[in-house]
Amino acid sequence: MKADRRLLGLAGLSAAVLAWAVPFAWMVVASLRPGVPQDIASLTPAGPFGLENFAAAWHSGNFPLWYLNTLTVCGGILVVQLVTISMAGYAFARLSFPGRNLLFAGFLLQLLLIPPLLIVPNLATLVSLHLYDTLLGIMAPYFASAFGVFLMRQTFRAIPRDYEEAATLEGAGIVALIRHVLVPLARPGLIAFAIVSVTAHWNEFLWPLMAVSSPRSQVLTVGLASFASGAEAGSAWGIVAAGTVLVAAPLLVGFLAFQRRFVSSFVFSGIK
Amino acid sequence: MTPSLAVDKPNPLAGIAATTGSRHPPSGRWLPALILLAPSLIMLAAFTYWPVLRVIGESLLVGRFAGQGTIGFDNYRRLFVDPHFGRAAWNNLVYAAGTIGPSLGLALAFALALRETNRLNSCLRTLVVMPLMIPLVAAAALFSFILLPGDGLLDFYLHRFGLGMVNWLGDPDLALGSVIAITVWKNTGYYMLFFLAGLAGVPQDVVDAARIDGAGAFRRLRSIILPLLGPTFGFVVPIALVNALTQIDHVVTMTQGGPSDATNLLLYYIYQQAAQNYDFGLASAGTVISVGALLALSLASFRALERGIHYEG
Repeated sequence: MKADRRLLGLAGLSAAVLAWAVPFAWMVVASLRPGVPQDIASLTPAGPFGLENFAAAWHSGNFPLWYLNTLTVCGGILVVQLVTISMAGYAFARLSFPGRNLLFAGFLLQLLLIPPLLIVPNLATLVSLHLYDTLLGIMAPYFASAFGVFLMRQTFRAIPRDYEEAATLEGAGIVALIRHVLVPLARPGLIAFAIVSVTAHWNEFLWPLMAVSSPRSQVLTVGLASFASGAEAGSAWGIVAAGTVLVAAPLLVGFLAFQRRFVSSFVFSGIK
Repeated sequence: MTPSLAVDKPNPLAGIAATTGSRHPPSGRWLPALILLAPSLIMLAAFTYWPVLRVIGESLLVGRFAGQGTIGFDNYRRLFVDPHFGRAAWNNLVYAAGTIGPSLGLALAFALALRETNRLNSCLRTLVVMPLMIPLVAAAALFSFILLPGDGLLDFYLHRFGLGMVNWLGDPDLALGSVIAITVWKNTGYYMLFFLAGLAGVPQDVVDAARIDGAGAFRRLRSIILPLLGPTFGFVVPIALVNALTQIDHVVTMTQGGPSDATNLLLYYIYQQAAQNYDFGLASAGTVISVGALLALSLASFRALERGIHYEG
């Protein structure tokens, strides 16, 4: 009796989770069906299958440029962030100075005030800095990261001070100290931050949409939106599905390959 | 937000870190600190602090087109009598309640059901987390087809039960619900991760003791598990609040706030005023109200939840 109920619960749970996966299942199945099949909604079609939709999507959108722009934006943001958050995180973890807690609270304010929320003043700032409609303009508001500073503060706090003092006693300069002691010990925090940061900016849409007007600076998400609305108008749903795969696949594959790392990064991070 | 990391594995070095703070005297320490903080502070000043001041200023500026502006509350007056703004504010409340409640409830249910690690549960967890990894606009593209009347996936399968032909996005009574459903699908896995981590910190012997004392599953959840998950709620709820104000990508691409304002949300209203109507006064006043509400709600929820937090040891 009790085992029966357990089995029923398990079946219900599995059904709920499988329903969760239906959009992905449809995306993959529909993207592999050429032409405009009558039963494009079917999750279990008879065929035929092929890669024609991917070729069509690749040619009707400017995917190489969009990939390049998204990679540039994600990479550029990350490189600058790693420097700024390590410096500030170290200061908050190791140095005591007047007003430290107040300043830290001021940093955390950025967690709520994300760039698209402040569209009016941020666009004005971009225009006056001549950064409107550039990739640098998309990146600039993210160069400081309150979340990253918070994460690195926790990371540096967990490193015993003795390591640094021992290295200094043995005559290591500041560069050697950073390269051989601090960075290796802080690596788990830096990797966790990198995963969360790249995921957030790869998937971001609203700010890149606002900060850019010309097609040459579009990122993947903005490109997908314009590409999909065109293909949807023509009911080319297989091509829409293929375009969506092209945009989502890199992170999805990374997630499936390094699941444990992704999950612990997101949990470790707590805040985007 | 310090308690947030406490739900993860307890850090064996935490005790050492706690004692290292005050070994050096505070004086003479500000120059190195300033050098280390300067890059972050400059960027925060340019893109967080200054914009807040600027948007408050702009919201109070009246009659800029006449060449010389005066200070007044005209923009706020116009904002509060604009029925589109009222509708957007109301919709946003519904959107917040409709996304936060169900996605946190589902996330907790999934976490409770999948907390034991075995091969099946790991697979199921992966499926629930996958929507976190795709852009919201990609989810919007998929759901545009799923919700399509007639040929769409939902109608295709509902048709087999003699149902269907519902215009999920075109019917003003259903459109906001459909947008909410997409957001819930996208966020539940993200919140589930935190509940899984939080549940790992709930001592099993306490739960077992309660079971032996005759506490049913619901009682164990209400009296033991939920109170111990206080810190988890303490930072998941503010995240969810920020999301409820800023996750509007699918509104931009799927509904454009329609039909007849049914899915217009605060940030979309601000975006329309700024990017389409070039009414920066109205957009600024809308921003000040929205950001103010977000700050107040986050602080209130954080405070309320902090009071209910049960710290370990």
